[in-house]
Amino acid sequence: MKMKTLAVMALAGSMTAGTAMADLVIPDLSYRTGPYAAGGVPFSDGYQDYFALLNARDGGIGGEPVRVIECETAYNTERGVECYEATKGEGALIYQPLSTGITYQLIPRTTADNIPLHTMGYGRTSAANGEVFNWVFNYPANYWDAASVAVNYLLDENGGSLDGKTIALVYHNSAYGKEPIRTLEDLSALHGFTLTQLAVDHPGQEQKSQWLQIRRERPDYVLMWGWGVMNQVAVQEAANIGFPMENFIGNWWAGAEHDVTPAGMAANGYKSLNMNPITDYPVLSEIQSLVHEAGNAAGDGSNLGSVLYVRGMYAAMLAAEAIANAQDIHGVADVTPAMVRDGMEALEITNARMTELGMEGIGPEFAVTCQNHGGTGQGLVQQWNASAGVWEPLTGFISPDASVIAPLIAEDSAAFAAESGITPGCL
Amino acid sequence: MLYREAGDFKTSYQADSQTFPIAFDRWRYWAVLVIAFCVVPFFVNAYWANAILVPFLIYAIAAIGLNILTGYCGQVSLGTGGFMAVGAYACYKLMTSFPDVSIVIHIILAGGITAAVGAAFGLPSLRIKGFYLAVATLAAQFFLVWMFNKVSWFYNYSASGQINAPERFVAGIAVTGPNTAPWAQYMICLVFLTICALIARNLTRGTIGRSWMAIRDMDIAAEIIGVNPLKAKLTAFAVSSFFIGISGALFFAVYLGAVEVGEAFGIQKSFLVLFMIIIGGLGSLFGSFAGAAFLVLLPVALKVIGVDLLGWPTDLVAHLQLVIVGGLIMFFLIKEPHGLAQLWRVAKEKLRLWPFPY
Repeated sequence: MKMKTLAVMALAGSMTAGTAMADLVIPDLSYRTGPYAAGGVPFSDGYQDYFALLNARDGGIGGEPVRVIECETAYNTERGVECYEATKGEGALIYQPLSTGITYQLIPRTTADNIPLHTMGYGRTSAANGEVFNWVFNYPANYWDAASVAVNYLLDENGGSLDGKTIALVYHNSAYGKEPIRTLEDLSALHGFTLTQLAVDHPGQEQKSQWLQIRRERPDYVLMWGWGVMNQVAVQEAANIGFPMENFIGNWWAGAEHDVTPAGMAANGYKSLNMNPITDYPVLSEIQSLVHEAGNAAGDGSNLGSVLYVRGMYAAMLAAEAIANAQDIHGVADVTPAMVRDGMEALEITNARMTELGMEGIGPEFAVTCQNHGGTGQGLVQQWNASAGVWEPLTGFISPDASVIAPLIAEDSAAFAAESGITPGCL
Repeated sequence: MLYREAGDFKTSYQADSQTFPIAFDRWRYWAVLVIAFCVVPFFVNAYWANAILVPFLIYAIAAIGLNILTGYCGQVSLGTGGFMAVGAYACYKLMTSFPDVSIVIHIILAGGITAAVGAAFGLPSLRIKGFYLAVATLAAQFFLVWMFNKVSWFYNYSASGQINAPERFVAGIAVTGPNTAPWAQYMICLVFLTICALIARNLTRGTIGRSWMAIRDMDIAAEIIGVNPLKAKLTAFAVSSFFIGISGALFFAVYLGAVEVGEAFGIQKSFLVLFMIIIGGLGSLFGSFAGAAFLVLLPVALKVIGVDLLGWPTDLVAHLQLVIVGGLIMFFLIKEPHGLAQLWRVAKEKLRLWPFPY
């Protein structure tokens, strides 16, 4: 015991300036530097601003103030591990690393340390199986859903048949970009389209050869799994070869303002998936008046209302709702990570609740269960209007094809359970 | 006063050519070993192990490996990241194919496989030198990363291309996997580092090390006095890659537990290890340790000072780190090409004379 106290003291002396108060600690593993900063900055701003709003307006969650600890990862797994180890001792309640690579590091670690991990729309898809991944959640949607939503949208566009069409997938050559391949291969067999795979290596500035191949082969559609600087380059390259923008669809990490503005008018008509339609949510004006005008904005405050800002805010809202839920279930305000996990597993997001929060229609309605940590998987398609400079939603929420995805999730999570010696079951 | 040769009489050739000719250094050496093996494991916690000690130990092995090749044999290599990847993937394939064999044997075998790959990529060094060799090793870096991404056999056909280290035990104690105790992680890396450093020290002061240094200082002259450049260069590549392979295997299995080749073993890893030996000191074992410690500690120290104590924005501190590392590399290349090790050497010379420098 004494050794442990000594160790804790050494740790506390070396790395904490703030004192451990009875508050809700939320680490923000952000990246404001490096080739992925363009996406990391607005997401982190939205994430932090929402908690700042809760502190300013409601005095925190259930009367407990929220303390956000920001830690810079630069999208680098080693730094992510360092951030995780540095923050978990502070009583971190939930981790949202916004990086598939870091997620793979944290899945075994958070499971061993009993801290919930929420990877919203990224991370390991098969974590949707909550019986195998007790501590990992990826609601409201995951990559395989995204692939299926994109194909369902294209089916709709083509009168229900993609027979004989060719679809090229331009993907980031990493765990993130490779995730949808299995699903798209299954879907191509099911719907009869041909899938071409074009890998783009980290960080993604070199795409000449991939787009030359697209120019040569003229696929009917191009799907993109891109992030960071890769998106801007891809949109510009597509414009350079004159690829019709309305046939170019990015996933929800490849559809923010900064991805299309560098190409100017040439990017007009580019489509992407989104989880959160962009409208004037009342909560944004509350953030403007209570957080930004009070001088507490995270970052430079210029990202308010952008696509990834809204998504970061949405992620923070889901975390806050889960914590509030945990407080209800356990009847204490100062919750532990294990209680937050219970709150996440019993989370239900309804339209009424979203309206109450000033975020009407920001996401689909969903309920989390022990078996399903993945939500409904719905996404919508939006299109860039370059002259107005706005993303316009083209569709409502589209559902993925569960008959394709559910068996894939069952197969992959069973393989993981066998590999790591996990007996599936609820906690 | 304490730090001097006076009164320390050597009565045998063996004593005369020992690593630490000064008694004080010998005591210090044993004190460091005792503290590292008998004190630190009882105090290490998850943060110290994962953020500071384990990466330091692993990078020190990699830096020793690259220092043998670049510092002792004069062959510039930018393929360190690729060779670490070979070690990691070899270790992963061995771990998953032969789960009953001890992880220690797998790590050593991974080093052996990397040595073979390194020697193969070292063949061009017989024809080309300097910048051109650097470009050839750069090709190895890109080729290896591409291969581990492209050929799914290496990652057992997993959907994401990630490799995950399953749980493995040494004498009943988990050393890989999420349930590893921090001290176990630390100890396995420390044991490997100690053995690697002893091997490296004894190699570099023996015949083989002298032939490497002869090649480094002037390869034509070395050839004329009877050093076989084929043997010297290829052994340097093999031994260097062996150490780098071990560090790659530990990096994957013990430290991170899951890696993705492009992200973990990309070109920036090669540069990082190269910076370690430039800042630490080319051609010095102490320099490998000093450089690794410096570049592992610097970001953590900057973060603690900048973010936790001064409350600066995290991005500012991260950018500042790039500026500082870049500035230091320029400073060392211009002012002290032999790195921190030379500063240490100068300090020791001064200490010998202190307090009467005349």
